[in-house]
Amino acid sequence: MDHPIKRDHSRFRKIVKGKLRDNLRKFVSNGQQILPKGKNKFRIPMPSIELPRFKYGSASQGGAGHGEGKPGDPVDGNQGEPGGTGPGEAGQDEGQKELELDVSLEELASILSEELELPNIEPKGKKQIESETNKYTSIGTVGPDSLRHVKRTFKASLKRQISLGHYDPLDPKIIPSRKDFRYRSSNTSIEMENSAVVIYMMDVSGSMGDEQKEIVRTQSFWINLWLKSQYKDIEVRYIIHDATAKEVNEEVFFKTRESGGTLISSAYKLCRDIIAEDYHSDEWNIYPFHFSDGDNWSTDDTKLCLDILNTDLLPVANMFGYGQVESRYGSGQFFKDLSAAYGEKNKKIILSKIKNREAILDSIKDFLGKGN
Amino acid sequence: MLRSKPISKKLRQLQKEIQGYADDYGLDYFDQVFEMCDYETINILAAQGGFPSRYPHWKFGMQFDQLTKGYRYGLQEIYEMVINTDPCYAYLLDVNNWIDQKLVMAHVYGHNDFFKNNLWFKSTDRNMMDVMANNGSKIRRYMKKYGIDRVEKFIDAVLSLENLLDVSELFENEEVRRSRRETEQVFAYENSSEYEQVDNRSDALKSFLKSAARNEKNNSATGDEPEKLEIPSKIPVSPQKDVLRFLMNFAPIEQWESDIIGMLREEAYYYLPQRMTKIMNEGWASYWHSKIMTERALDSSEIIDFADKHAGVMVMNEKNINPYKVGIELMRDIEHRWDTGKFGKEYNECTNMQEKHAWDLKLGKGREKIFQVRQSHNDITFIDEFLTPEFCERQKLFVYKYNPRNERFEVDTRDFEGIKQKLLSQLTNFGSPLISITDANYKNRAELLLEHTHYGVDLDVSFTEQTMKNLYRIWKRPINLASKSEEKEVVFHFNGKEFSTKS
Repeated sequence: MDHPIKRDHSRFRKIVKGKLRDNLRKFVSNGQQILPKGKNKFRIPMPSIELPRFKYGSASQGGAGHGEGKPGDPVDGNQGEPGGTGPGEAGQDEGQKELELDVSLEELASILSEELELPNIEPKGKKQIESETNKYTSIGTVGPDSLRHVKRTFKASLKRQISLGHYDPLDPKIIPSRKDFRYRSSNTSIEMENSAVVIYMMDVSGSMGDEQKEIVRTQSFWINLWLKSQYKDIEVRYIIHDATAKEVNEEVFFKTRESGGTLISSAYKLCRDIIAEDYHSDEWNIYPFHFSDGDNWSTDDTKLCLDILNTDLLPVANMFGYGQVESRYGSGQFFKDLSAAYGEKNKKIILSKIKNREAILDSIKDFLGKGN
Repeated sequence: MLRSKPISKKLRQLQKEIQGYADDYGLDYFDQVFEMCDYETINILAAQGGFPSRYPHWKFGMQFDQLTKGYRYGLQEIYEMVINTDPCYAYLLDVNNWIDQKLVMAHVYGHNDFFKNNLWFKSTDRNMMDVMANNGSKIRRYMKKYGIDRVEKFIDAVLSLENLLDVSELFENEEVRRSRRETEQVFAYENSSEYEQVDNRSDALKSFLKSAARNEKNNSATGDEPEKLEIPSKIPVSPQKDVLRFLMNFAPIEQWESDIIGMLREEAYYYLPQRMTKIMNEGWASYWHSKIMTERALDSSEIIDFADKHAGVMVMNEKNINPYKVGIELMRDIEHRWDTGKFGKEYNECTNMQEKHAWDLKLGKGREKIFQVRQSHNDITFIDEFLTPEFCERQKLFVYKYNPRNERFEVDTRDFEGIKQKLLSQLTNFGSPLISITDANYKNRAELLLEHTHYGVDLDVSFTEQTMKNLYRIWKRPINLASKSEEKEVVFHFNGKEFSTKS
């Protein structure tokens, strides 16, 4: 029989899934902070529920520590981190709230997918390209000197000398002969080539503020992370638009702020052109994402957008994601228009409202939860 | 269910050896039982505060979840667990190597001695293994009867108040406790039946009056004064720091609820001395593992491994005081000072630093002194009495604070008084805000008034709000909490629906 703690544990998991996913939300919404210490270091809060109690206010009260440094020098480390892993006695201390992990992006993606229960993507309806790759995984007796395997050669030579009785342990000289030489040799394997392109479009008109952009940035980080774990090659393109659209690089994408009006169709047109030019849908899995605050110049333009979507984008894309970031100025009309045209449950065009940072997680799940 | 098993013959041999050294050094301990377990088992034990059987609650599941993840990602390791019981149980981890087990055993004898001799532990129930198991089966019974969700919700509410304890309770003796238990039984009886009068005062007030009357009865049982019911001008007469006991006795709750408060309160008090002596306890145990290992138990081939392990335990962190490190160093410092006589008026008034440094009266009283210290001090008095400027400097202690301009934590000062004040304020009331019930009939409306004794640090408002909601679930009348916020007097108020702040 299982230990009763397993019941406590499953009860805890249920509570976390049901009503307390805030911690994971916090984790996801802090996307920009997760790469603070070198390449593969992430801070992962563990799901935990802190029972309310009377306690002192935020960490701004400071504390005491030990180490070097003059007054005014910054203090490293984390409050509440255990001093060391040592023998301890049973206590009632609060558990650790977060873990600092050394993980690769793949592992992080798998943790994310585990928490969000994301399905794996099966590239659908695309011809998969077979490609041959050579990997040096075996050993042969012939080959160019540049691929000579010294250790194997030495071993073969030693084996021969011992069996012939030429080996003297007191004077261990190994002289390889021609026959002893070993070389790395390649095996040919066939791999499925699958490539994806993500095209981000964002409204940069005046109504999209810094906070809205930060949300888009965080969200795009997670989308990229997930798609990278699913596809062998991935390309990312960025389009910004107000009344006109242009393609930019990542940095410009997140920094630009324009003032003009908003014609969403301009971005969709450009997206269509990029796809037509560079990404044949037989070879590419195409993921356009569009983020805006829901304002569009006119209903005519919205109609034009729907046309482009229907005739040009949806037939070639795996899915089309529209994320509406709530802003003080935005009307949110475009979301209504899209959901009127496609319904909120459409499999191909996925609509998501992102109210604030905490909602990023749900939105990612909206976008990627269908396995398109 | 638990898969801990007796230790091997070889380890029993080792235990005998270590115990011999402990005896030589004069450690005084309960019978020591070691058991061996695998990682999952030690995680379960750790999640349950060291005990194999607890009441069902998701928080143990949560702790288990965190420990297991920490282990899976290779970040946390528990080496061993030791529980304050008689006999003293300690669990060893089966994957540890020989030298680890040696170190752990030596360390455990230190804890064991501390549990047995430190005065703050005197009133802890050494049969806690049974008590915890009984509490578990009682609560399981209540869950069967009243539903898991209902009981668990109530436990949640109680747990959010479990840090409102009265430290001086630790010095009540068994007799006081027994007589209280009896009066509580009387109380339960009176509360249950025909004793109810028809009046429109609140339940809380009524029950308080009843208990006041009962106390009166008990007190006058020896004398011959006539029974009288005196309504105190203010209820309670003096501030009650032991919030859980007050609620257990006077809140308008059902018998099973009051029973649960009682059990959780008992468990909270059991852990209290450990929270009050973290630095000393770990310092003492580390002092002894170091002593026993380096002077007696270590084989010369094990020195490097030991040094590595020991250094891992003593690692210093810029944002936290490591209790192992400060504890062991302060113990050693005290030993050194009482060996050489570096204390007292004459030494303190000496202004010649060279002379001070070379000061040696050859008293040799160091060992004796630290045994006394481990007996009568807790972390607060330990720091207050023995922290010296020289020590702070040697240990590179500092105080840091948040600099809003740079949005980062910065070293604030290395000044001795500053460090001492910071440490003491962190340790005061075992790190919890000092909050007591001062009026149970506030505004003559049976509202509860709590007062927070403010030592310069504000309460976390959102947590305060949630906690007051939980308190309301038990008290069932509006809750008020007088505190300070940004240097102004405020009263937090929760009326059952809304939370408000009045200044």
